[in-house]
Amino acid sequence: MTTGELTAAPRAETPVARVHVPARSVAGDLRAVKIVWQREMIRFSRDRTRMITSLFQPLLFLFVLGSGLSRLASAGTHGVDLRTFVYPGVLAMAVMFTAIFSAASIVWDREFGFLREMLVAPVRRGAIVLGKCLGGATVAGFQGLIVIAMAGLVHVPYAPGMLLQVFALQVLLAFSITAFGVMAAARINQMQSFMALTQMLVMPMFFISGALFPVANLPAWLAVLNRVDPLTYAVDPMRRAVFAHLDISPAARAALDPGVTWFGWRVPGLVEAAVVAFLGLLMLGIAVWEFSRAE
Amino acid sequence: MSEAAAERPPAVSVRGLVKRYDEVEAVSGIDFDVPAGETFGFLGPNGAGKSTTIGMLCTLVRPSGGRASVAGHDVAAERDEVRRNIGLVFQDTTLDGYLTAEQNLRLHAELYGVPRALVPDRMRQVMEMVGLWERKDSRVATFSGGMKRRLEIARGLLHSPRVLFLDEPTVGLDPQTRSSIWSYIRDLRAREDITIFLTTHYMDEAEYCDRIAIMDRGKIIVLDTPEALKASVARDRVMIGTDDDEAAIAALRERFGLEATVAEGLVTFAVENGGGFVPRLFAELGVPIRSVSVSRPSLDDVFMSYTGTTIRDAEATGSDRNRQFARMMAR
Repeated sequence: MTTGELTAAPRAETPVARVHVPARSVAGDLRAVKIVWQREMIRFSRDRTRMITSLFQPLLFLFVLGSGLSRLASAGTHGVDLRTFVYPGVLAMAVMFTAIFSAASIVWDREFGFLREMLVAPVRRGAIVLGKCLGGATVAGFQGLIVIAMAGLVHVPYAPGMLLQVFALQVLLAFSITAFGVMAAARINQMQSFMALTQMLVMPMFFISGALFPVANLPAWLAVLNRVDPLTYAVDPMRRAVFAHLDISPAARAALDPGVTWFGWRVPGLVEAAVVAFLGLLMLGIAVWEFSRAE
Repeated sequence: MSEAAAERPPAVSVRGLVKRYDEVEAVSGIDFDVPAGETFGFLGPNGAGKSTTIGMLCTLVRPSGGRASVAGHDVAAERDEVRRNIGLVFQDTTLDGYLTAEQNLRLHAELYGVPRALVPDRMRQVMEMVGLWERKDSRVATFSGGMKRRLEIARGLLHSPRVLFLDEPTVGLDPQTRSSIWSYIRDLRAREDITIFLTTHYMDEAEYCDRIAIMDRGKIIVLDTPEALKASVARDRVMIGTDDDEAAIAALRERFGLEATVAEGLVTFAVENGGGFVPRLFAELGVPIRSVSVSRPSLDDVFMSYTGTTIRDAEATGSDRNRQFARMMAR
């Protein structure tokens, strides 16, 4: 035991103050939401690699794919730069991948044991799940801002109303995607499985959503998939917001921004946003239920 | 422990507690009480059901039968009440390596709703107690295994729990770090009004406890103070290495009337006055002896005398239940 005595640092001999932990309350749950959110912020601010790598893919699509394909596609875009067309899709994509990575951290938390520290706390599981989703939405929002800042590079004007609208949609999408990821993470113990699952779902969702092509006059099977894809309802209003501020011919507008229709009815942007919000809340609900169940 | 302890309700009270996982019964109906202020040890090999029991007491594992209360609250019906009153240090680290030591503790304080005005003082107190105050701004990822464990003990104490659960607090640590962890735990007992409930499979550590329950295959074999347990095994343990173990065991039975078994590769038996017995052994055994060791009774011998195996041998057979539990806890 002598070694133990040696390593023990000198300590104050004052009696230790007793803490009385209050009963569970809404205020307590809100404190929990806030601290879980803060933890996401701290972790993100420390993780520069993640900040940079999550921007890599949107840039690749916007400038490499956009520039490369524009040589092929110029006939069909009515004089609109393909990069401008793809831009709204990339706005959605930027937040999507970041949000999925945020949700993935719950799998890491489980692997490294930290999840248990949160789950044994005397707070509602919902508070922890909500904190995580809000954290994911915030982090993704930052990434979204960076892509928004690139608008000028692809001939999109910096109109405050549009930027605000796009940003709001990004945050909404990020929240819903994080909720989806957390829901999936509730049942997955290994990072590889989580990544495989999200790759399997996220890439098709992105391709089908119309981020890279106009959603009118698609083959029937693709049209059906497109209308079922939740991401469609985030990309379309973003494109609508961006195209409202472009000075282009009516023919180009009709070809490139036809809008999503349900049986011939042009779905309004607010309804589309509501679809995303509804799905997000639904998945949040399932995630909370999953985590509350797994005692 | 203290005079007041006797009048208070028990910190932990367990009646007929059972946990079944499909076919396997990890805990098969155990009963015990831990008075407030006591340091209570659960001793047994891996897979004996210690961690499952702790899991149930900490509200992480739902009991299949029986009842348990911690700090006066039922572990199944009043989970939040129990959680507020306990501190936990798990076998595996549950710290966030990206955060600093202070940030980890702050997160805990917020999750447990520690009144804001008290947080800075209390954080300093618990970090000073484990000698980590100077490192509060370092990222936990840079900490050694022993420092992490100390920080977890500090964190477990942050919200002044009535009962601190330590599940194998020193597992995987080198001997020097182990003894330093123990000096913090003993220090803690002297300074805080707290009940400590720990599990260990190190026999020497069990001796730091006021009382010990020896657990094997889901049951409590015996429960008493370390001194009483050792007194119940009056004989010394002799372990001999021979060229022919079978012949040696037979010879011990025939010539000395002693029952011996092979434990950890050595012929092992118990005898009064082991030192005085060794010369006779050499003279009369008739089987060549390559090595001899005689040891005073330890908790190892207590375990051996109650279960018939050494704790290390018992581990070789019982670890599958533990793995199953680890999967449960990971959910």
